[in-house]
Amino acid sequence: MPDGALPVLEVEGLKTVFRTRGGEVHAVNSVSFNLRPGELLGVVGESGSGKSVTMMSLIGLLPSPPADVRGGRVAFDGLDLLHCTSDQLRAVRGPGIGFIFQDPMTSLNPVFTVGYQLREPLIKHMGMTKAQAQIRAQELLELVGIPDAGRRLRDYPHQFSGGMRQRVMIAIALACDPKVLIADEPTTALDVTIQAQILELVKELREKLGMAIIWITHDLGVIAGIADRVMVMYGGQVVEQGPVSEVFHRPRHPYTRALLKTVPSVRGERAAKLNVIEGQPPILRAEPSACAFRDRCAQTFGHCAAANPQRYPVGPGHDAACFWDFDTGAPRPIDAIAGAAHV
Amino acid sequence: MFDAAQKPLIEVSGLKMYFPITAGVFRRHVGDVKAVDNVSFTIFEGETLGLVGESGCGKSTCGRAILRLYEPTAGAVRIDGTDVIAASADTLRQMRPKMQMVFQDPQASLNPRMTVAAIIGEPLDEHTKLSKAEKLAKIYALMDQVGLNRDFANRYPHEFSGGQRQRIGIARALALNPRFIVCDEPIAALDVSIQAQVVNLLEELQDRLGLTYLFISHDLSMVRHIADRVAVMYLGQIVELAPRDAIYAEPLHPYTQALLSAVPEPDPDTERTRRRVVLTGDVPSPANPPKGCNFCTRCPKAMAICHQIEPTFQEITPGRFVSCHLYEQTAGQAAAPGASPEHIQKTIQQGE
Repeated sequence: MPDGALPVLEVEGLKTVFRTRGGEVHAVNSVSFNLRPGELLGVVGESGSGKSVTMMSLIGLLPSPPADVRGGRVAFDGLDLLHCTSDQLRAVRGPGIGFIFQDPMTSLNPVFTVGYQLREPLIKHMGMTKAQAQIRAQELLELVGIPDAGRRLRDYPHQFSGGMRQRVMIAIALACDPKVLIADEPTTALDVTIQAQILELVKELREKLGMAIIWITHDLGVIAGIADRVMVMYGGQVVEQGPVSEVFHRPRHPYTRALLKTVPSVRGERAAKLNVIEGQPPILRAEPSACAFRDRCAQTFGHCAAANPQRYPVGPGHDAACFWDFDTGAPRPIDAIAGAAHV
Repeated sequence: MFDAAQKPLIEVSGLKMYFPITAGVFRRHVGDVKAVDNVSFTIFEGETLGLVGESGCGKSTCGRAILRLYEPTAGAVRIDGTDVIAASADTLRQMRPKMQMVFQDPQASLNPRMTVAAIIGEPLDEHTKLSKAEKLAKIYALMDQVGLNRDFANRYPHEFSGGQRQRIGIARALALNPRFIVCDEPIAALDVSIQAQVVNLLEELQDRLGLTYLFISHDLSMVRHIADRVAVMYLGQIVELAPRDAIYAEPLHPYTQALLSAVPEPDPDTERTRRRVVLTGDVPSPANPPKGCNFCTRCPKAMAICHQIEPTFQEITPGRFVSCHLYEQTAGQAAAPGASPEHIQKTIQQGE
């Protein structure tokens, strides 16, 4: 993918807090990343690691209260999305940033036809007439591989199967030609054979339309197949980020290493016993002052409880937030990593 | 694991579970959803049989019908020689302690108003006459066994994480010293790092207690890890059943081949170069399965015969069963309609 090009989306120090009756939950803690044009960025992490909340905070999709986006900067198209009016944001959603949600059954409106839901963004955002929108809607359904598109526009969501519904969701997200497409676990609710169909479709569409994509998933296999770059999240932070082959072959954060080892495979050698990451993911009652992974980490040592490690370059375009240096097998100087060394 | 002398613990033959479709004011019977359609297999003592398939293929229904949590339409399930399906209510109740179930969603299968001790102790109340002290000792022993802290015995399910809740479900299933446990997608609702913990626990318990599992899952990589033999279901029928290593090394049925090739591999190099068998279309409705082979509408290798005649589930090589015309000796080169396979099929359908 084009290196050196200006990023289409830049996120810096994003913080999101949920105010609940049980106190505050710090779901996203100083997340920074950027997205280059035409790139597919994979985001992996367990549930509760803050991956969906990060993306929803970006475009103001979280209800506030309870959510509170406390700080940071999201630069997109010359705007800071965190300081936009709701009208400005509405103009960005759709033509600027498209969103595919996880569960196609709950995110499509059951009482409107698929055609109506496809035409809506076209009329509202693109200023088309109903007739123009109708033609475009049919093209979009054909684009995502739904046979007999003209007739299917009159159908309701329940008349589609799971895989077809997800295709409809993709078509709606593509309706306004977004520069950035955010896909939040788009294949998690689908069967593997249907997932394979959707993955092929996305690869094809990306070549055809050339948009930048953020793909959220917990399935490392999916990421390996489609992403250019991976971002691993844990405890509301980005713990490792880099080109896909770098991160898979030379993981530099103990969490990434453990995660890659716990997943059994259907091919190759079969391990006699599964590797386990002991313990539970943390519940973040306060902003972490130490490494969030230290209780479950095999590499943990003195530094880990003393300060919260920041991302540090470990290879070309590759950075990790860990005090341990896997290349030398020795700890890194605490000052260099704990300081605000944002990469 | 597989010496020939091994004793089958569970024998399922011709199991059918149809759910009726009714219409109109008088609830006229207009058809059936054939959730499980003529399924036969055995599970040996101490073995784990993996049952895989996509959602809606009938694998959970099959697991529940075996324990007679549903009333099956037809067929027999012998657990240690006794037929569960034909058993009277009294006999069935006496058999229940021997066969237990671990459910998919630990959130939904634990009563939120009961403490952990009450949940694990309930089967003991129902089936044993232990004194209070004995019962508590047993509950603590079970909690130790599944790796739950004893101090949490008086807490409620919502205070636990998903993985811990699943441990409570497992402890409850173990309470009556069962021999056979149906694990219905026990890890589907859990995170990757927690899945491995629960699978390791299940394996450890099997070694220690000599348990027999039917492990139902859609996760082919996890099944490869835990199962000794694997059965693949599609649209209510088992299409292939074989020892684990054989089925993953050389899948015979086109559906198994497509299913395995669809699983993404966590390795960017192989993943980019690999060629997938991408199936077109969706699974047909089990209320109206296609004529002939159930898989013929999506099969990349479908022949003319597949649209006409249903293949039989037969043993190709010792221990490997497959239901596909590609491997049927009798069907061979495009058998003429009315030839033997159809005849065999008819007798099977009428016989059951």
